[in-house]
Amino acid sequence: MRVLVIVPAYNEEENIAGVIRDLMENYPEGDIVVVNDGSCDGTSGIVRRLGVTVIDLSYNLGIGGAMQTGFLHALAGGYDAAIQFDGDGQHNADEIRKIFRPHEKMNADLVVGSRFLSEGGFTSSLQRRLGAKILSFIVSTLVGKKITDTTSGFRFYSRRALEFFGSNYPEDYPEVEAFILAHKKGLIIEEVPAEISPRKFGRSSITVPRAVYYMVKVLLAIFVDLMKKIE
Amino acid sequence: MGLVQIASIAGSVFILVVVIELIRRNRLKERYSLIWLATAVVLMAFSVWRRLLDYVALFFGIYYPPSFLFLLAIIFLIILLLHFSTIVSSLSEKNRRLAQELAMLKTRIEEKEAGGEREKEQ
Repeated sequence: MRVLVIVPAYNEEENIAGVIRDLMENYPEGDIVVVNDGSCDGTSGIVRRLGVTVIDLSYNLGIGGAMQTGFLHALAGGYDAAIQFDGDGQHNADEIRKIFRPHEKMNADLVVGSRFLSEGGFTSSLQRRLGAKILSFIVSTLVGKKITDTTSGFRFYSRRALEFFGSNYPEDYPEVEAFILAHKKGLIIEEVPAEISPRKFGRSSITVPRAVYYMVKVLLAIFVDLMKKIE
Repeated sequence: MGLVQIASIAGSVFILVVVIELIRRNRLKERYSLIWLATAVVLMAFSVWRRLLDYVALFFGIYYPPSFLFLLAIIFLIILLLHFSTIVSSLSEKNRRLAQELAMLKTRIEEKEAGGEREKEQ
C-alpha cells in the first residue's frame, strides 16, 4: 500500500524540521508532502533543504484548503491512503502504524488519533476540556458513534475518503465538520488513542469570549453540513 | 403627459440603453444582465402606463401607491444582493481550486526540472 503523509504547515519554521526528521526516522515507508499554506517565514526553504516535496500555496487558504490540496496531490499520485500529520510537532510518527489498524481490520475510511483516549492523558485548561467535551457530545450524537477528540490533526484517510474529500472538504472547521460529512457519505469512522506532545514553539491563543464565539460558529457550520446535499 | 412621466420614461429608456450597450460591449455578461433588463422593462411599463401603479397597488391593498414603488425597489435590491452573494461564493470556490491547482503544478514543474538537471549531470 502506497501511503502519502500530508503535513500542513503555516509559519512552522521552528517545528517543521523536527517533524520531518521524526517522519523519516519512524515512518520511512511513507512519502511525505508538506503543504505550505502561504507561510511568510522560512518553512518552505527548510523543507526543500531536507529534500522533501513542498506544495507552496500562493496565499493562505486555511487548514481546510491546505489539506484538500494534499488530498488532490495524493489522488493525482495514485496513493492508496493518506495520513494527516500536523506540522507543529504535536504528533509522533511512531504512532502512524497504530492509526492503520482500524483500516486493516475493518476497512475504516477515516481514522482519528484521539488524545483523550491515550493513557498518558492530556492536560489542558478547564475551558478547553469543556469545549472539547461539548463538541465531542454533539459530533458523537450526530455520527452515532463515540468520538472523543473532534479536532485532532492526526488522521488516516482511505482512498475512498480521499476521493470524497478531494471534492468536498469543508473550509471553516474542517476537522469537526469532516466527521459529519464523512458520516453522511457513509464512510466508516474510527478512533484510536494517540499521544499529543505540547507545542514546542509558538502557542495558540484562546480566551473565553473567543471560545464561546468559536463554539457558536462551529455549531452553525455543523448545522449547515447537516442540510447539505451530498452526491 | 406630465413632466414627471416624460422624465421617468426618459430615465427607464436610459437604463435600458445602458444595459444593452454594456452587454453589446461585453462589459456585462448576459447571465447577469437578465435582472437588469427586467428592471428596466418594469420601470418602463410603470412610466408609460401610469395607472398601472394604482391598479397594482390597489390589488395588493396598498393605500398609498407610490409606496409600492419603494417596496419594488427594496425587493429588487434584495434579489440582486442575494444574486451577488451566490456569485461571490462560486468565485471564491473557483479561486481556491485555482490556487490549489497552481501550487500543485508549480511543484510538478520543479520536480521535472530537478529531474532534468540530474539527467544532464549524469
